[in-house]
Amino acid sequence: MMSTENSMKNESNHLRRILVITLVLSIAADLLYWFLVGPHVPPGTMTTSAHDDQIDFNILMVIALPVLIGVWVFMGYTIANWSSKRANVAEPKGGPAARSNMKAQVLWITITTVVVLFLAGFGIVELIIGNGSGGGEGPNPVWEPAGAAQAETAALTSAASWAPGKVLVVQVIAQQWKFTYRYPQFGGFETQQLILPNNTTIAFNVTSLDVIHSFWAYQLEVKADANPQENNVAFTTTKQLGNFTVRCSELCGIWHGAMFDYGKVETPTNFSSWAATTESANAANTADLPAFAWTYVPDANGAAGGFYPDGTVTPYSSVEVYGAKQAAS
Amino acid sequence: MTISAERPTKSVASSTSPPSPHQGVSWTQRPGWLSQHMGTAIIAAVLGYAFGHWLGNYVTSGYPYIANSGQNSSANALALIFAVVGWLLGIGALNYPLAKLVGKEADHETSVEGWSKYFRYTLDHKVVGLQYVVGVLLFLFTGGLLAMAIRTELLSPTTHVFGPGTYIEIVSEHGTIMMMMATSIILGPLGNYFVPLMIGSRRMAFPRIEAFSFWIFIAGYGVIFSALPYGGFPTGWTGYAPLQTQAGPGMISYLLGFAVIGLGMMAAGFNIAATIINFRAPGMTWSRVPIFVWAILSTAALLTLATPTLFAAGLFGVLDKTVQTAFYVTEHGGSSYLWENLFWFFGHPEVYIMALPGFGIVAEILPVFTRKPLFAYKVAAAGMIGVALLSFFVWQHHLFQSGINPDMRPLFMLTTELISIPTGFIFLVGMGTLYKAKIRFEVPMLFAMAVFFNFLIGGVTGVFLSDVPVNVTVHGGFFVLSHFHYTIMGGLLFAFMAGLYYWLPKMTGRMMNKKLGQWHFWTMFVFFNLTFFPMFIIGLLGQPRRVFTYAKNLQMLNDFSSISAFLLGFSFLIFFANLMWSMYIKPVKAPANPWDSLGLEWQTANPVPVYNFERIPVIMTDPYHYSEVGAPALADLGVGGSGDRVSSSGKSDK
Repeated sequence: MMSTENSMKNESNHLRRILVITLVLSIAADLLYWFLVGPHVPPGTMTTSAHDDQIDFNILMVIALPVLIGVWVFMGYTIANWSSKRANVAEPKGGPAARSNMKAQVLWITITTVVVLFLAGFGIVELIIGNGSGGGEGPNPVWEPAGAAQAETAALTSAASWAPGKVLVVQVIAQQWKFTYRYPQFGGFETQQLILPNNTTIAFNVTSLDVIHSFWAYQLEVKADANPQENNVAFTTTKQLGNFTVRCSELCGIWHGAMFDYGKVETPTNFSSWAATTESANAANTADLPAFAWTYVPDANGAAGGFYPDGTVTPYSSVEVYGAKQAAS
Repeated sequence: MTISAERPTKSVASSTSPPSPHQGVSWTQRPGWLSQHMGTAIIAAVLGYAFGHWLGNYVTSGYPYIANSGQNSSANALALIFAVVGWLLGIGALNYPLAKLVGKEADHETSVEGWSKYFRYTLDHKVVGLQYVVGVLLFLFTGGLLAMAIRTELLSPTTHVFGPGTYIEIVSEHGTIMMMMATSIILGPLGNYFVPLMIGSRRMAFPRIEAFSFWIFIAGYGVIFSALPYGGFPTGWTGYAPLQTQAGPGMISYLLGFAVIGLGMMAAGFNIAATIINFRAPGMTWSRVPIFVWAILSTAALLTLATPTLFAAGLFGVLDKTVQTAFYVTEHGGSSYLWENLFWFFGHPEVYIMALPGFGIVAEILPVFTRKPLFAYKVAAAGMIGVALLSFFVWQHHLFQSGINPDMRPLFMLTTELISIPTGFIFLVGMGTLYKAKIRFEVPMLFAMAVFFNFLIGGVTGVFLSDVPVNVTVHGGFFVLSHFHYTIMGGLLFAFMAGLYYWLPKMTGRMMNKKLGQWHFWTMFVFFNLTFFPMFIIGLLGQPRRVFTYAKNLQMLNDFSSISAFLLGFSFLIFFANLMWSMYIKPVKAPANPWDSLGLEWQTANPVPVYNFERIPVIMTDPYHYSEVGAPALADLGVGGSGDRVSSSGKSDK
C-alpha cells in the first residue's frame, strides 16, 4: 500500500516537474518571440496583407513554441532521468498500466484536436477578413475589398479611370523570363516598371503568356501563380512608401532564378503623374498592343513566340472568345 | 481465443509450402553464362533502347525537323519502353507470364546458392530485401551527390559553377531520384525482408511480383538518368505543365521514369498488402500484428491506391509530347491544372508513403530499447490508418496560390490541419513508451530519438504551411523546402538508418560497428539540423526554391547551410565506411538477438532459412510484453514442443 502511494506520488512529481519546466520555458519563449522577434518577421508591414499575415505567423509561432518545448522538455527529461547508464534507474514495469492510459490518451487527443480546430478556424477567419490574404484567388475572387468588383468590371471598358482612393487595377503578365505590367485605368499601357500608389487597394490580375510562373511581390505579401489563359486575382492595400522585390516563385525554366525585378510604392500624387507621363510617352506602343483583356492566347504563330502583331494577325484576345481567337498569318 | 485449436498449423503450413519440384532448370537459374542475370538484362536493355530509338526516328520520318534531330521525344519514349521491356526480359521477369501466355507450363525459379542470387530474378523475399538495401543506397548516394552540387552552386549569390541549364538539370534530377528512393527506402528493403518474418509467413503472397517490383525499381534509375544526354529536364520533380510540354525529350525520361517506378510501387504495395492480409500465422490477429507491419500495411494501401494516378498522369504527358494530344495544353482545350491536380492527388499520399514507414520503425524499436511495452498500440495503429485515409483529402494545399477555386481553401486548410491529429499520435506513443523507461542508447535508438526531434519541427512547420495566410509568405520558397527535408530526411531517412542499424545484424549476421555508428549518428544529426534549419529563415527572407541567384544579404546563411551540407555528406561517408568495414572488411558475428528483442523476426534461426520457419508458428500474444512478470509466451514455434516456447518477458531472454 505504501509503495503504491509512493509510486503515485513519484509519478505526479515527474509529470509536474515536466509541466512546470515546459510552462516556464514556454512563457519565456513566447514573450521573447512576441516582443523581440515577432515585429521583425517577414514580410513586414508594407501592406495590409503583409501586416495581417505577419500577425498570423506570429500567433501560430506562439502556439507552436509551447508544443515544441513541451516535447523537447519531455524528451530531455527522459534522457536525463531514465538512461540505463545512470546508476539507480528503476527497472521499468510492463503490464497493462504501461501499455495504455485512457486518461493520457483522451487528454492528448483532446488537446491536439482543440488546438488544430482553433488554428483552422483562426486561419479561415483571417483568410476571409484579409480578402484572401494577398494570395491568388483565381478568376472569380470570393473575398474582395470594397470597390474592387466595380474597378475590375470597369477595367475592361474604355471608361476606366483612377483617382486617389479608388481601387487600382494592375495586370501582371509573366513570360519567360520577366514580368510586365499593364494599367487598364491609364489607357492600358504596358511597362516593365511596377509603380504603385500608397494607401491604395490594388487588384493584381496575374496571367502568363507561356508556362506557369508565380508573381511574388515579397514585401507586399502578394503571391499568385501566373497561369496561361487564366486570370489569377490577388488583393492588398499599400501602407508604406518604399521599394519592394518581385520574384518568380514557380519553376519556369532555366532562367527561373534570374526572373526578378523591383517595384516601388509612391505617393498617390507622384504615382498619378508617373502614370500620366508614361501613358502619353507609351501611347504609340499602346496602340500596337492588343486590347486590354484578362488573358491572352498565342496567335497562330504562337509556338514560335509570336505574341505581338505583325499586321495580319490578331494576337491577343480574351479566352471568352474561343475559336474566334486565331487568325492565321 | 484458442487459435491454435481452431486453425491447425498443418494446413497453413501446407498452403505455404515450397512449389513442387519442377520439370527443368529455368533460364534464370541456369548456372554459368547460359543463365539470365543482371548482365543479360543490361545487354537486353541496351539492345531494346537502340531498337526503340531507331523505331522512334523511323515512325516520325515524315517530320524531318523531328526525326533524327536529337530532340525526338518519340524516339526517346520508344527507346525507354523497349529498354525496360528488354531489361525485364533479360532478367527473366517475363519468363513465367510469357510461358503461360503461350500455354506452356512455366519453369519454376529454383533458389540458387551463393552470391550470384543477388544479381538474379530471385523470389526469396530475404534476397529481394537485401537487393533493395543496395538499390535504395544507390539512389540515395546519387541523389546526395546531386545535393552537394546544388549546395556548391548556392555558395555564391550569382551563377558561378554551373550554368543555369545544368543547375536546373541537377535540381530536377536530385528531386526526382530522391522522391523515387523515398517511396521504397523502408518498404522495399525492410518491408520485404521483415514483414513475412514478423507475421510468421514463409513467403510473400506473390514472390514473382515482389522480385518484379525490385528489378523495375532499378530500371527506373536508368530511365530517369537517360534524360542526361538530352540535357535533363527543367521542371523539378513536380513536372508542371506547360513547362513539361515545352521541355525537350529529357522530359520523357521523367514521365516514363515515374511510370516505371510507379509500376514497381503498385506491384510492391499490392504484394505486401496481400501478404499482410492473407499470410499472417495462426493467432496473429490484427491486435497482435507488430506496429511496423501496420505502418507497412497503411503504406502499401497508399501505394496501391495513389500511384495509378501518377502512372496515368505520366502517360498523358508522354502522349502530349509524342502524338500531340492536349491533356495539359491550355490553348488546345486541355488544362495545366489537370497535371497539378493529378500530380498532387498522387503527390500528397506520396508524402505519407514516405512518413508512415518511418513511424513504424520508430514505434517498433522504441520498446526494445526502453524495455517497456509500446504505449497506446491501438492509438498508433489507428493513427496510421487515419493518416492514410486523410492523406487523400489534402492535396489542394499545394495549390493554394495557383488560382484554383478559392472556396475550397478553408476546406483544405481544415483537412490539412486535421491530419496533424493522427500524425501527433506517434508522439503520444513515443512519449508514453519513453516515460519511466530504462533507455539503452544504442545506435538504432539514437536515430529513433532523432526522428522525434526532426519530425516535430517538420510537422509543426507543416501546420504553418497549411494556414492559407501564412502560406502566402512561405509557399514556393525555401521554407517549404526545409519543411519537407525535415519530414522526409529528418523523419524517413533517420528512421531508415535506425532500422538498418537495428536489423542488419539479422539480415547479414554481422554487427555494425558501434563507435562508427555513433560518429555517423552525431555528425548526421548535427549537420542535418545545421543544414536545414537555416533554410527556414532563408525561405522567410524571400528566397524561392530552385533558383541559382539570390539576394546578396542571404549569402551568409546560404554558405552556412552549404558548408553544413558538405559535412552532412561527410557523415554519409562515415556510414558507408561503417557498412564496408562491418560487413566486408572486418565482420563481427552478430549474436542471435543482439538487442534482446521480443519480435518474432528475431526468433527465427540465424541465418534465416529459405522458408523462414520450420513450422508455421502459432502466435499467442503481441510482441511487446517487455518487463512484464508472468507475461504470456509470444509464440509456439513448434520446434521440440512447448519447452522451446519463446519467453516474451524481456528479462528471461538472456
